[in-house]
Amino acid sequence: MENKILMAHGSGGKLTHELINRCFAGRFKNQWLARLDDAAVIDSCGRMAFTTDSYVVTPLIFPGGDIGKLAVCGTVNDLAVSGAVPQFLSLAFIIEEGFPVADLEKIVDSVAMAAGEAGVHVVTGDTKVVQRGKADGLFINTAGIGHILDGIDVSGANVKPGDAVILSGTVGDHGMAIMAQREGLRFSGDIFSDCAPLNELTADILKVCSETRCMRDPTRGGVATTLNEIAGQSKVGMLIDDGAVPVRPSVRATCELLGLDPLYIANEGKLLAFVPAEKADAVLETMHRHRYGGDAAIIGRVTDEHPGRVVLRTRLGTSRILVMLSGDILPRIC
Amino acid sequence: MQPAAEFRDSDLALAIAERIRRRVVTARLMEFCGSHTAAILKYGIRQLLPQGVEMLSGPGCPVCVTDQADIDRAVALAQIPGIILCTFGDMLKVPGTYSTLQEARAEGADVRTVYSTLDALEIAVSNPERPVVFLGVGFETTAPTIATSIVQAKSEGIKNYSVFSLAKMCPPVMEALLAGGEIRIDGIICPGHVSAVIGSKPYEFIPRDYGIACVVAGFEPVDILQAVDMLLGQLEIEKPQVEIAYGRSVSHEGNIRAQELLAEVFEMRPARWRGVGEVSNSGYAIRADYAGFDAEKRFEIKSGPAREPAGCRCGDVLRGVITPVSCPLFGKACVPERPVGPCMVSGEGACASYYSFGGVDGK
Repeated sequence: MENKILMAHGSGGKLTHELINRCFAGRFKNQWLARLDDAAVIDSCGRMAFTTDSYVVTPLIFPGGDIGKLAVCGTVNDLAVSGAVPQFLSLAFIIEEGFPVADLEKIVDSVAMAAGEAGVHVVTGDTKVVQRGKADGLFINTAGIGHILDGIDVSGANVKPGDAVILSGTVGDHGMAIMAQREGLRFSGDIFSDCAPLNELTADILKVCSETRCMRDPTRGGVATTLNEIAGQSKVGMLIDDGAVPVRPSVRATCELLGLDPLYIANEGKLLAFVPAEKADAVLETMHRHRYGGDAAIIGRVTDEHPGRVVLRTRLGTSRILVMLSGDILPRIC
Repeated sequence: MQPAAEFRDSDLALAIAERIRRRVVTARLMEFCGSHTAAILKYGIRQLLPQGVEMLSGPGCPVCVTDQADIDRAVALAQIPGIILCTFGDMLKVPGTYSTLQEARAEGADVRTVYSTLDALEIAVSNPERPVVFLGVGFETTAPTIATSIVQAKSEGIKNYSVFSLAKMCPPVMEALLAGGEIRIDGIICPGHVSAVIGSKPYEFIPRDYGIACVVAGFEPVDILQAVDMLLGQLEIEKPQVEIAYGRSVSHEGNIRAQELLAEVFEMRPARWRGVGEVSNSGYAIRADYAGFDAEKRFEIKSGPAREPAGCRCGDVLRGVITPVSCPLFGKACVPERPVGPCMVSGEGACASYYSFGGVDGK
């Protein structure tokens, strides 16, 4: 087969079949995909969560991951924080003419690896090829579905005054890894994307605290924006302790240099959990035992004051409003 | 690497705040620099000060003080066919009379965001057939990097590179503000980064001619509180002078090498400052020896008559006459997503700082 993607790879004809066989089919062995019909036929039961996402990150490969791993983790995490057990994914690739087939294979490999770790099946997919210059290398669109366990009801609208706000680990790693890579910041060698599937962590949280009100992954807009979204949805206030938010020193230093606030930088392997105060310690302990929750911390609490607004308590004991991100810090981060 | 950790030490900061609260003077202080405004709000430093100590924001934001006509000229320059205009990101969203640079870009102008003049030089090297112009907005801190790029372009024969110099010098505008007599202040927190280049010497006229205390400060909470404490100390004994609370970066004489570089490439000319008007000897103009790298000499920049946005009070904010929250547009018609004036655009703009880091009461 050719080393570069040609327009004919998107023709639907022979070359398309070759591409699918070489790059995709062998990497996703499951009974649903193996039928190679126009749609995967799956059994469903009870309440389902259904999500979709598109990935346009640049560069395609970055420290700690690539667009393939990101696509799987991002989709899995949207399901997981909705209280679902992620089961099936679809992936559609929009590929620019001339894209190296070897790079495509690497990316599909990491899709397979991430899907394996998360225990989800890629059961359907699509490839399209567009002319050179009409896409930047590769875009991926996904959809994901999962089933929701009985008795679980997590939503941004469920948060109540008194709840504890728990963050699963350090903030800003993904955004700063991309930024550092893009800007060629040589000193930032130890910043890696935190891109990871969080469905095991969310399952553990729900196991010890089925009353968990809300979980959300603070991606674009960062922790500050996610907190504001939920404060608005639940019509509650929040008091966040700046000193309690875990930030890697290298991420903090790079943020300082570029005039950015880690609270607004994207994460791809972190979640915020809102749980009743009396369950906070048990949830935290469970998270600490998990590989993706080792740095988890209680960063604040939900209040009935100033509904819809998030207040940050600074290290000096003073306080200020933490607003939602406005504008675009960094385009094409995921 | 933990940047300036000791200057962020909360115990130390709170101890200084306590000392400030024990002082017996009342004072109106101005932080000249927009980065100080941002830090003061971000750390809630006003909440630590006693009632009698007021802090006003000054004009120290290079994007904000860029005159409306100069914004229009930058847009017009970007619209000249073939030109690649390189700019720091903050300038993209500043509303000109007719368009922002961002809108000009959406309509086809080639406007690129860079993080340094060296990025702009690289763009010039990789596009030898096209004129590449760096939009030189900044104070004494940025001016040496602009000068370096011009010297480098000359020595390496990068002939398609030029600079539209809107760079400005701070002490003259301080003098213009004080001479105007519109604002009454007792002390100034002088800019830290600017002073690293020019030293503390250029502020000496302020205590001498106006009886106003001056302290050069860094940007961490401890730096700023230390500066406030020193200013109040000067006022207590009624001996205003220029002191440095940022000794790790600033000396009396400043960075001589940078000053020489500035003198080599630039000469001073009058410049227009938003809200202040024309201030003599405050603009960095490219010397005749480097005329080939002066965008104003290379291109005919034509723009229509400039008008400030209706209702925008950035000028009054920049002079310290009103605080951002007193502007009727603040937080309503004018927000960071859709700024009416430049002070809501820049990270160093007072309005953007008040909006992003304001206290619970909106102050």
